Amino acid sequence: MDVDITLKVDGIQQRIAVDPRTTLLDALRERLGIYGPKKGCDHGQCGACTVLLDGRRANSCLALAVAHDGAEVITAEGLAADGKLHPMQRSFIEHDAFQCGYCTPGQIVSAVGMLAEAEAGWPSHVTRDISAAKVPLTDEEIRERMSGNLCRCGAYANIVPAIRETAETARSR
Amino acid sequence: MKPFRYERAEDVSGAVATLAGERTGEYLAGGTNLVDLMKLDIMQPDVLVDVRCLTSGEIEDLPDGGLRIGAAVTNSEVAADARVRSRYPVLSQALLSGASGQLRNLATTGGNLLQRTRCPYFYDTTTPCNKREPGTGCSALEGCNSGHAILGASRHCVATHPSDMAVAMTALDAVVRTQGPAGERETPITALYRLPGQEPERDTTLEHAELITAVDLPALELSSNSRYRKVRERASYAFALVSVAAALQVRDGVVLDARIALGGVAHRPWRARKAEDVLRGAPAIEQSFRAAAEAELADAVPLRDNAYKVPLAANVMTRTLLDLTEGR
Amino acid sequence: MTTTTERRAIGASVDRRDGPQKVTGTAPYAYEHRFDNPLYLFPVQSDVARGRVMRIDASAAEALPGVVAVLTHESAPRLADTSDSELAVLQAGDVAFRGQYVAAAIAETLETARYAASLVRVSCHQEHHDVELRADRDDLYKPDTVSPDYPTDTQEGDFDRAFSAAAVKLDETYTTPMEHHNPMEPHTTVALWEAGDLTVYESTQGAHWDRATLAQVFGLDQDRVRIIAPYVGGAFGSKTVHANTVLAVLAAQTAEGRPVKFALTRQQMFSGVGYRTPTIQRIRLAADGDGHLMATCHDVVDQTAKIKEFAEPAAVPTRTMYATQSRRTTHRLAALDVPAPSWMRAPGEAPGMFALESAMDEMAIKCGLDPVEFRIRNEPEVDAETGLPYSSRNLIACLREGARRFGWADRDPGPHARHDGRWQVGTGVASSTFPVVRFAGSVARISYLGNGRFLVAIDAADIGTGAWTALAQIAADALGADVDDIDLRIGDTRLPAASIAGGSSGITSWGSAIFEAARAFRERHGYSPSDGDQAEASTPENPDAGNYAMRAFGACFAEARVDADTGEVRIPRMTGVFAAGRIINPKTARSQFIGGMTWGLGMALHEESLVDPRFGHVLNHDFASYHIPANADSGQFDIAWIDEEDPYVNPMGSKGIGEIGIVGTAAAIANAVYHATGIRVRSLPITPAKLLG
Repeated sequence: MDVDITLKVDGIQQRIAVDPRTTLLDALRERLGIYGPKKGCDHGQCGACTVLLDGRRANSCLALAVAHDGAEVITAEGLAADGKLHPMQRSFIEHDAFQCGYCTPGQIVSAVGMLAEAEAGWPSHVTRDISAAKVPLTDEEIRERMSGNLCRCGAYANIVPAIRETAETARSR
Repeated sequence: MKPFRYERAEDVSGAVATLAGERTGEYLAGGTNLVDLMKLDIMQPDVLVDVRCLTSGEIEDLPDGGLRIGAAVTNSEVAADARVRSRYPVLSQALLSGASGQLRNLATTGGNLLQRTRCPYFYDTTTPCNKREPGTGCSALEGCNSGHAILGASRHCVATHPSDMAVAMTALDAVVRTQGPAGERETPITALYRLPGQEPERDTTLEHAELITAVDLPALELSSNSRYRKVRERASYAFALVSVAAALQVRDGVVLDARIALGGVAHRPWRARKAEDVLRGAPAIEQSFRAAAEAELADAVPLRDNAYKVPLAANVMTRTLLDLTEGR
Repeated sequence: MTTTTERRAIGASVDRRDGPQKVTGTAPYAYEHRFDNPLYLFPVQSDVARGRVMRIDASAAEALPGVVAVLTHESAPRLADTSDSELAVLQAGDVAFRGQYVAAAIAETLETARYAASLVRVSCHQEHHDVELRADRDDLYKPDTVSPDYPTDTQEGDFDRAFSAAAVKLDETYTTPMEHHNPMEPHTTVALWEAGDLTVYESTQGAHWDRATLAQVFGLDQDRVRIIAPYVGGAFGSKTVHANTVLAVLAAQTAEGRPVKFALTRQQMFSGVGYRTPTIQRIRLAADGDGHLMATCHDVVDQTAKIKEFAEPAAVPTRTMYATQSRRTTHRLAALDVPAPSWMRAPGEAPGMFALESAMDEMAIKCGLDPVEFRIRNEPEVDAETGLPYSSRNLIACLREGARRFGWADRDPGPHARHDGRWQVGTGVASSTFPVVRFAGSVARISYLGNGRFLVAIDAADIGTGAWTALAQIAADALGADVDDIDLRIGDTRLPAASIAGGSSGITSWGSAIFEAARAFRERHGYSPSDGDQAEASTPENPDAGNYAMRAFGACFAEARVDADTGEVRIPRMTGVFAAGRIINPKTARSQFIGGMTWGLGMALHEESLVDPRFGHVLNHDFASYHIPANADSGQFDIAWIDEEDPYVNPMGSKGIGEIGIVGTAAAIANAVYHATGIRVRSLPITPAKLLG
């Protein structure tokens, strides 16, 4: 029996009927035709489905749509405002931080979410002083914090500077 | 995935009452483990009762100096909490070493405790597994078992528990608060998990419809000198081969108190009481640490592919305790 | 013979033109086009590795609302050509490997199709299966050729005599595990069958190749088959036609004009879309007192499927890498009840050079020579495999420049040379190589659009390689136009034919066709063309193909840190220096080299498909248990290339670079791990368990 839910996706309210089994990922792709979040593994093991869910990065493949009725979702498409690329997107192009592009929307959304977490002072597995209020965002920190986004093309070496430059540019503003 | 009914409740009591009446139902919080298992038909509940917003999403200070972590607090929030980071760094480190940023943002305290083993035979409905289908046999016993248990296993099941958070909480003597059909109770985490014995299908001592509402961390003087060390095959985003959660109190070169738990070695987080006994009163030097590790691992039973876990666990315990002693 | 035109676009670091779509998630991969009223397919897979389907009970599945059909070998449409056993899907009840498709559910929603498939009860008569590769099997056989068509065995001189007479000897066996490609985009097919016309949106390395295969298998006129593939989320050799594509088309034939969508789950990626065979490789080397190789022997044992032969050519690079007085190489196969292996990034080269370059390191140490010097000392004059001179070979320059950049001078030969806290630190080097491959049969069509703009049409594929951009650069220079005035169309069989993206052949094959078409265009229409003016040309044969051996070379250097307590390995930095002719686009080329080396990192430390012989399938069939490098595993990459002018390879002077990055890397890492720890690991992956003291 399908259930009616509303989701605000990339700024637009959407009312859809979903099978309780439908994940947020499949609701976006199959019901709404929003294909930025991608199905790389469907089990939270690759990050290609990453969206911002109520402001925090999350794997949409493990979130049941019915359990997130009323949620606000941002995808890579939503990051580009008024037809202009988000600075993270521009930085990915400049640094050639992608090849086949399949993990790329997830990487970018994850990176935006990750920068917010770092700004909030969240530590990571590699943070030396775990009780420090502010954690400098070194390359080691970026790598660790982005490790939930697999890239089979091996673009990591460009993803890191793309993110670092975006963070530095944002900080200098 | 089998069709199921999705239910919401007004409050915890309502959720308990709803699930108590559904023998084949489950609670749903973050879903990061349950939905994973449902997609593969390993778990097939007929009803999901959504508790993600019902239990407490707060971390409260307890009068004795401990912390009460609401079951709905996400893994990220626990790891980032300033009090957890300064008073129980082992817990923050354990959480940060697990999963990915995205998973930690959805996964909850309650759900993390209840995550199920990663044994590949459990995860594959075409291979026999006593945990998934009692009586069908343990495929891992004589199979590919490099990730399996060296302690506390039985011929019926050699699976390990995958949670890093639970290992840290085990070292800290956390207490799990629940509300179930029979009322509220508190279960020390060391009594929450079972060894497989003859009933590997039961991971915990919880009753059906018993809902985890919070986890209490007692005030422990030595908990601020604590560390989690996780060994894995890639630098991040992987389950432990072996892990150690340790807290240590040393004065004048002698170990006053120690709390140690091991991950990746057994059906549950393994509280290393034998090691702790050897350590109390011993000089805080490598020799003592190694002796303690050896005492704890003396009864280890390696399988065909996991003998490496014995020296690995010994090395990691020794090194972690040394690091805690030397303030590294 | 080359045409040299003014180079303005070639050699420029042009941003990928598919960038804006990829970063906004609006580039449509196969699943992501707009489809009207689609159906969804979910397969049922065998749970025996060998046997026969005796009975299928689909009643519970068929009774579900929304289920349109359950296909079985009894109900599926008949294929015209079943001679390729891998593609003879649902035609007979035979089961040839565990995980083979034995039925499929077709339904209105994805959830229904998947659930329906889980309700189909398939009873199989199970036969004894054989899935274990071992070097001591008594049924190893010699294939006619090794992929694609190299001689199986070669011999120069008298290896046995030279080996026994030599001063310094090595006789070791190296093994690599089964590995799976695992592109991020799973294999995906959306098939639409309308009144005898077949349209397939496919994630493929070669739309024309796919069309030819499907036309053959289904007995169709190629003109009535269209394959559309503008964006492909990685392939690495796995995205040719496998059973999944055939199954989707069979379903479409029963779907009365509705598109059928079939995307594999990650779990399904481990059974039936190709993989790299495990290898068992015995290497024997012998040298004289001055470190000159006197005898080289490389014996390879691979597995193949009983239903379809694929022979991984692991000993082929040994036929060309170094000068040696005598040499022998052999390949033997074990035919097993397993899915068919296939090309996986650098087939042959990747596993073969792990073995050879590890052995060279061991030999250098035995000879008391620096590993870089030992390789330089054994540089050949000509290509021993063909007897031809190289069109260009700059391995020595790569080794020297790499050593300089990496900081190799004054290296303590070790092992156990350096510590940093609990880290044991070591360094290693390995050579790499990859042939220059040119496939025939690509056609490029160039049309003038007016206003200085040109349309270049060729059914090439960009699987992440950057072809969308590089081909536009080539067209720009070939025409003498601006790259921004080139409108490129690829990935559709409505475009002129093109060869498959594989063998690092794309730029050579497609670029040469574009070059020829541009020349034809200017010859015919000059420099003031009219709107609609057109010219077409196909990939010419290389007139120098019989005169020179054409290969790219490289050198890989790695630093390894091994934790003394745990055996965990980290590779904080790698240097790769390559001699690959002219680099079309430095920005995307650097990414290709890094991507290949990251594959090498995974090959060395992480990747292994585990098979439990009692069951016969890959147990660790997901991304949680089949490890590929995560971002935290990836360190600093220092990439450089030698300025190499090669007028013989193709009009651009370029060599294929998509695969060479993986080739030396695993050995460089294994050699660095030895240097750090004194432990020589000859069996990949190098896991902590293998390094615990």
